[in-house]
Amino acid sequence: MKNRIRSLVGAAAVSSMMLVGAAAQAAEDTIKVGILHSLSGTMAISETTLKDAMLMLIDEQNKKGGVLGKKLEAVVVDPASDWPLFAEKARELISVDKVDVVFGCWTSVSRKSVLPVFEELNSILFYPVQYEGEESQRNVFYTGAAPNQQAIPAVDYLADAEGVERWVLAGTDYVYPRTTNKILETYLLDKGVAPEDIMINYTPFGHSDWQTIVSDIKTFGSAGKKTAVVSTINGDANVPFYKELANQGIKAEDIPVVAFSVGEEELAGLDTAPLVGHLAAWNYFMAIDTPENVDFIAKWKAFIGNDKRVTNDPMEAHYIGFNMWVKAVEAAGTTSADSVIDSLVGVAVPNLTGGYSAMMPNHHITKPVLIGEIQADGQFDTVWRTPGLVPGDAWSDFLPGSKDLISDWRKPMSCGNFNTATGKCGGA
Amino acid sequence: MKAFIRFSIALLSLFFILGTSQGMAAEDPALKEKISALAEGSYSDRAQAIQSVAATGDDRAVPALEALGEGLLFIVKSDKSVVIGLDEGATVETFDPVTGDSLGSVPSGAVDKIKVNNRLRREIRSALGALTLLSDDPKVRLAAAGAIFKSKDSDSIELLDTAIAKETVESVKLAMQEARAAAVLNSSRDMAEKQAAVALMADRGNQSALAVLLNAKGSAEGPLLVDIDNAIAAIEKSLAIWDLAQNAWYGVSLGSVLLLAAIGLAITFGVMGVINMAHGEMVMLGAYTTFVVQDIIRTSMPGIFDYSLLIALPLAFLVSGIVGIIIERGVIRWLYGRPLETLLATWGIALLLQQTVRSIFGPTNREVGTPDFLAGAFKLGELTITYNRLAIVIFSLLVLAVLMLVLRKTSFGLRMRAVTQNRRMANSMGIKTNWVDAMTFGLGSGIAGIAGVALSQIDNVSPNLGQSYIIDSFLVVVFGGVGNLWGTLVGAMTLGVANKFLEPFAGAVLGKIILLVFIILFIQKRPRGMFALKGRAVES
Repeated sequence: MKNRIRSLVGAAAVSSMMLVGAAAQAAEDTIKVGILHSLSGTMAISETTLKDAMLMLIDEQNKKGGVLGKKLEAVVVDPASDWPLFAEKARELISVDKVDVVFGCWTSVSRKSVLPVFEELNSILFYPVQYEGEESQRNVFYTGAAPNQQAIPAVDYLADAEGVERWVLAGTDYVYPRTTNKILETYLLDKGVAPEDIMINYTPFGHSDWQTIVSDIKTFGSAGKKTAVVSTINGDANVPFYKELANQGIKAEDIPVVAFSVGEEELAGLDTAPLVGHLAAWNYFMAIDTPENVDFIAKWKAFIGNDKRVTNDPMEAHYIGFNMWVKAVEAAGTTSADSVIDSLVGVAVPNLTGGYSAMMPNHHITKPVLIGEIQADGQFDTVWRTPGLVPGDAWSDFLPGSKDLISDWRKPMSCGNFNTATGKCGGA
Repeated sequence: MKAFIRFSIALLSLFFILGTSQGMAAEDPALKEKISALAEGSYSDRAQAIQSVAATGDDRAVPALEALGEGLLFIVKSDKSVVIGLDEGATVETFDPVTGDSLGSVPSGAVDKIKVNNRLRREIRSALGALTLLSDDPKVRLAAAGAIFKSKDSDSIELLDTAIAKETVESVKLAMQEARAAAVLNSSRDMAEKQAAVALMADRGNQSALAVLLNAKGSAEGPLLVDIDNAIAAIEKSLAIWDLAQNAWYGVSLGSVLLLAAIGLAITFGVMGVINMAHGEMVMLGAYTTFVVQDIIRTSMPGIFDYSLLIALPLAFLVSGIVGIIIERGVIRWLYGRPLETLLATWGIALLLQQTVRSIFGPTNREVGTPDFLAGAFKLGELTITYNRLAIVIFSLLVLAVLMLVLRKTSFGLRMRAVTQNRRMANSMGIKTNWVDAMTFGLGSGIAGIAGVALSQIDNVSPNLGQSYIIDSFLVVVFGGVGNLWGTLVGAMTLGVANKFLEPFAGAVLGKIILLVFIILFIQKRPRGMFALKGRAVES
């Protein structure tokens, strides 16, 4: 017995030494990439996919020989949909795991929670989700859509192509819908829409009983003017919302709903036959027929080992962001944060919709805006797209507090909130 | 979906047979040319093309327009001809758009689907309305009248006059007259005719009549404007009363959902006194059982899909019930009388179950289909009642009734009540209290599983499903009175109705807050809820 214990201990010691050795060796030869997406809790539904997408991109890059002659190594952590934990995990990634770049976050509140950490430890974050704007940080690169790359073109489409004159702005009650709706309200009023033709409605997270609101929308829509719903309803609340719409017989021909948070992933949990014709505005749809996209989808399905999995807009954002980072690192010849931040501005890489996206001085990117209609197979059919690329605007022109602000992180300005009215850096 | 496409193809071929049997010419270059125009140009060009097809009045254009609306119209890349196609994956089976003759199947790369947007769908709907108004089938005529009512197309007035003169079915005639009234109000007809139309709309007196009147109000003047204003006021008054009824129905419906979620908890928490934070996860397991059952039925026996929920009910009861018994035997029985530890332990179990389901089924929502008989809605006066909500109301009351029977009329129910009222006495009388505990917890969990089957019809089936119901369930049980099933019923309905009457005034967010504050105050005043149990059992 004693002998056995001794040999066990010995074996453990040897193997742990080997492990340490392997880790040390790995640390010398690899560039570490942090992935900060929730794998448990409420946001796991959306963020797990992004973690897998990042692992695939890193895997692909390694097959091509890595970056700067070194292999990439993914470091995955789980912030568990807990906002303060995002900050702790970000700190752990940067100071303990020594990652050179982090791809992560979904909700705005998680991004706000990690901002000070990235600033203090001077690292790089790529944020892949559409958001409310009103922010430009030196250490953050926003590869999702700003409001002018999603919300405003969608409203223009409805007004011009569908002749909509009455608007329901429905959203979940938190910062992204509230800011977006404020921007849209000002924009619509500027366009000459009467205040009584705008109805704004907020619901709590995970709202599941939509009977009253859907029937309110029906009533609001029967005032003789063409009506549309602009939905910033987020996450789980969408499924019961669309089910109620279908059951109460609201057809897209009568009252179309254009959504900013509903993509292919969300539709996967729904029978979309009654929803055909409702709209979504994104910068990418899985159904886009370009060679890059076909290739990306094939690789994704092979990587995840499931033929039914779909791709979506934030995945494309990570695809663009990751390739931009690779290109910037190769241009800078180093992974040191300061050099990469400087060389990222101006980098252009192919996106999946048949064009190039470029990183702008305000750390947002240029993207096409697409309007798609839901099809019976759960995909989107593009019915309209912007003729060219739309540059992301960090500070909305339709909010009183931010219309004078611009952002330019190139030297000599190096400022995220330069006020053109006062000529000073530092906001309104 | 496949079945639906088959059905529409069958319908289309029916049209073809009808068309040819009437001895029409097999080829008509003019119509064919007009149909080819549907494929080209901008959306507004194509909207005009639809109108010009409709203007021919030729009902042989119906299949092509219907196919366009359903996304079954294709353009052949090589010769730019338009065909109706049935997508079969790698190949597309094609048919002539006018005659319906089969043109053989082509690889799917050789044809492009012709896209439509909502505006074109509206045009198609009104074109089909005009083309099918004189159809032989009264149902088709009714639908056509409905389509013209929505489009308010003033060009259709003459057509409607012809149709009304020929119409024999009273309800269809009324629908046509209403469609005509809507079209007249949208045209430049004279005042007298418009006033008659307003009177007709006032008689109809519902939401869509109101929409027509509000629309007409903008261009009206003189006595017509007065008439319209009066009609609007009358309709709004009657709608306000219907609105109250609608709110009450929504309240009952929300109440039934709360009831369903809480009944199981009324057993585990209310009767046994276990603070079961994993209750929501039992509901979730029930919903996932439904998903698995439907998945198996879809792949192996698609014919019985409509019965999938009935099959899922007993299975969900068993799955959740067995998991409940395992939890009780494995964890909770060691913790009786230690509420804080029970709370923490069951919460841990809840997280464990969530993550297990997430690992097995993935983090994304799963689609649980709705059987055909539960889809859609019907009108009761001006009330819109959706079938799935109605089914849930009935189902929740049924579950409550069955549970009451089990508790009051069976020997298991008797033992259960004996154990909860006086455990030691029951034990001395020879009741196996351990066994009763396990079965009771299993029963409560099983009922939660059944609730999951019903809730899968209105909510997400995701690992987080349970979390959204756990707080509400506790509120209902505590508010209604712990240990009293009637209290649970009244509590759920009160909260549901109060919520729905607050929502129109206060909004969904504030409404919920007001309700929570009310419950806090109520619990301060009556800590044991509305229907408090009295007697020695409570004191201990």
